[in-house]
Amino acid sequence: MKRDPISTTSEWTFELIQEYDRHIGQIAEEYGLDTYPNQIEVISSEQMMDAYASVGMPLGYNHWSYGKQFLNIEGSYSRGQMGLAYEIVINSNPSIAYLMEENTMTMQALVIAHACYGHNSFFKGNYLFRTWTDADSIIDYLLFAKNYVAKCEERYGIDEVEAVLDSCHALMNYGVDRYKRPYPISAEAEKQRQKEREEYMQKQVNDLWRTIPKATTADETESQPRFPAEPQENLLYFIEKNAPLLEPWQREVVRIVRKIAQYFYPQRQTQVMNEGWACFWHYTLLNELYDRGLVTDGFMLEFLQSHTSVVYQPPYDSPYYNGINPYTLGFNMMMDIRRICEHPTEEDKRWFPDIAGSDWKETLTFAMRNFKDESFILQFLSPKIMRDLKLFCIADDDRKKDIEVTAIHDEEGYQRVRESLAGLYNLGNREPNIQVHSVDVRGDRSLTLHHMQHSRKPMADSSEEVLRHFHRLWGFDIHLHSIHNNEIKQSFHCPPQTPKEPAE
Amino acid sequence: MSYIVDRRLNAKNKSAVNRQRFLRRYRQHIKKAVSEAVTNRSIKDIDKGEQISIPTKDISEPVFHHGRGGRVENVLPGNKEFVRGDHIPRPPGGAGGGGSGSGASDSGEGMDDFVFQITQEEFLDFMFEDLELPNLVKRQLVGDEDFKFRRAGIANEGNPGQINIVRSLRSANARRIALTGKKRRQLKEIEAQIEALENEDPVLRNHQKLEVLMEEAARLRARINRVPWLDDFDLKYNLHVKQPIPRSKAVMFCLMDVSGSMNQATKDIAKRFFILLYLFLQRNYEHTEVVFIRHHTSAKEVDEQEFFYSRETGGTIVSSALKLMKEVMQDRFPTSEWNIYGAQASDGDNWNDDSTTCYKLLVDSIIPKVQYFSYIEITPRNHQALWEEYEGVRDAFPEAFAMQQIVDVSDIYPVFRELFHKKAV
Repeated sequence: MKRDPISTTSEWTFELIQEYDRHIGQIAEEYGLDTYPNQIEVISSEQMMDAYASVGMPLGYNHWSYGKQFLNIEGSYSRGQMGLAYEIVINSNPSIAYLMEENTMTMQALVIAHACYGHNSFFKGNYLFRTWTDADSIIDYLLFAKNYVAKCEERYGIDEVEAVLDSCHALMNYGVDRYKRPYPISAEAEKQRQKEREEYMQKQVNDLWRTIPKATTADETESQPRFPAEPQENLLYFIEKNAPLLEPWQREVVRIVRKIAQYFYPQRQTQVMNEGWACFWHYTLLNELYDRGLVTDGFMLEFLQSHTSVVYQPPYDSPYYNGINPYTLGFNMMMDIRRICEHPTEEDKRWFPDIAGSDWKETLTFAMRNFKDESFILQFLSPKIMRDLKLFCIADDDRKKDIEVTAIHDEEGYQRVRESLAGLYNLGNREPNIQVHSVDVRGDRSLTLHHMQHSRKPMADSSEEVLRHFHRLWGFDIHLHSIHNNEIKQSFHCPPQTPKEPAE
Repeated sequence: MSYIVDRRLNAKNKSAVNRQRFLRRYRQHIKKAVSEAVTNRSIKDIDKGEQISIPTKDISEPVFHHGRGGRVENVLPGNKEFVRGDHIPRPPGGAGGGGSGSGASDSGEGMDDFVFQITQEEFLDFMFEDLELPNLVKRQLVGDEDFKFRRAGIANEGNPGQINIVRSLRSANARRIALTGKKRRQLKEIEAQIEALENEDPVLRNHQKLEVLMEEAARLRARINRVPWLDDFDLKYNLHVKQPIPRSKAVMFCLMDVSGSMNQATKDIAKRFFILLYLFLQRNYEHTEVVFIRHHTSAKEVDEQEFFYSRETGGTIVSSALKLMKEVMQDRFPTSEWNIYGAQASDGDNWNDDSTTCYKLLVDSIIPKVQYFSYIEITPRNHQALWEEYEGVRDAFPEAFAMQQIVDVSDIYPVFRELFHKKAV
């Protein structure tokens, strides 16, 4: 076959990037990838460290924790313990991808295929991102947030703002709505409504706490409806709307953290799929480039070397083992779905009657659009992958004296392994399930949280620390009960309670 | 179609603010690390950045997560030998943890410290925080340090950018008037004669004379016109002169006893004290000079190398050093220009009758002229006559004189801070 490669050296230029992007984009279109427009930004390694430290947000409010992150990255990078990621891509419209200037041409092409077409189409297609994030306005919103926080710092002092942010960050994972679509974040509207909201909400709250002391009889108190009527899982939202002592600006800061948490929520739930999808597409697209004679053998070797190290899964007993590599799992599953569609075996037909032999592009797109990690694994993890990765399942029960292997990659075990693995990606299992149970509206205004134990897993000791933050926002006592089978197993209090001491 | 943007030239210190925030928040930790570093470091690299490490648990950001215990399921890759129903003994210390799947791993004990680097600037800032030079009052000219340009009238020379147009044209005008005055006067006379002639009856007119006059007038006009409108020497330029910006300068006198009674360890402590003082002055004054005076029975002004590293033996007469300091001050460092600081280190040994002389020297001729004089006595033993005399000095000049006793290397920094603690106004 005649080769007419786009470039033959590893040096990149802007023209070459443009050229590669054009070809990759064309092939992606032929495969039917639907993407946001791309904005490719070439940056230096220092800038990459900055981007890293701000958890991938192109701009964010100032907070010491990002500084800590930065020092950490800077330290390990300058000691050579860590290479920088080749790319960062931001879920926005247009989608922003960062290329590092130190990369070779091959790596730039790989990043373009991976980020600008892989991740980008995932952001645009996956239902979680479609529902929970608003790619059009995120940059505007982040800008609004940054300016708002800066303004607050100016007016109320850095320490004040920092304290609120610290507390919000501690509860950030509990600042998401899991089941209902939030309002789309729009910076324009946000700015306009922010003032009104401030005043309105303050009134609301005051109303809630208007507890003019009346002579209440005992049964009247009994009949008071519990507040909140239903348990609330979005702790930050609850605080924002109901915390009695917060200043209006503090509520707004809570809201900002909550909105940002919500924006990242889909990413936390689709890591395997997202990376798998992107890896699958850089692999497919670059191979297609090769097949069309547009890149050299040397290009392919460099690419494959880098690709294989990204999707390498060290075994559990290796010193490099650090959990299951989402790139490996995702990439293998995506490749496997294509295989099942194109060349199904008897086993595949038995396990995946729906997709065996179907059109792979459609099937993959369907999978990408409509699943998150948990359901994706539950649906598509094939016995072949489990055998290839030699997955096995262990149960560590503190009531037993040793760890039990409950299932391995064999006929009886497939189902079990698959379920367990899917369970690992269920945020609901991974994070303690904590909800606002009740507020003592009539009494000391203390707030009670309930933790529903999953598999008897207790709360870590650091919970007290978190409660302190909760206490700072709420302003009154906080109690956290960890409950299993309707029995309180653990209790945390802030301020800490000394039992049997008369209240002052 | 994709847009490709080159952002490499954009600012790269986006994280600088956040970094500062971090340092600000962990001031106490960093300060502690810095003051330990000051104690332990050798003198030569006191002026460098420092690696700070903070226990990870102190800077952790707490979130709710599961503790150890309960039933934890995990899926691991790379099975080689296990079949279903196998039992594996728990790895030590890992009760109920099960691995990384549940997020329990980051609750473990014994994590590494969080380590990061601060720059030299930051290091010194932390070191000198809250300190301020006592009586930092005199600001005098140094003369050759830094300049600003000030307008200083008009000059005949300069560069084209500084031409003063009004002045130049005015001077051109003056020149033209000056150069053509005589001719114009002549011209005026001739023109008057011409006019008179023309007024006469044409018949009686002296045509020959008129012609001569007309020619003369034309010649004069031509000569007047030949005077240039603007000439080189008309050009005037704005003049700017360099003016020195007032700077403060300080001189630090290091006085050290090198007599036989001072051993190397004692000298070493003194050395550190001087170096701290020097660094401190360097940061507070634009220009800092140091005078090293060492003494045993007689005093001598020496260079830094000799001051710190050469060995001498002999008895001790402290007043010799003070006398020399007084002379040097008179000769080279007039108090109208210099802020003078004195630092003396000694083990407290002195000829007994000499201590009184020291007192007199200090009170009469040194302390009134210096900003600050500090005396450290490096000895674990009881004080001797010198200390007692100096206590008298301290009582006489509580603002400008300080004395401290140091026993150990680790005492230096606290004492140093004590000596130069920010004075409340």
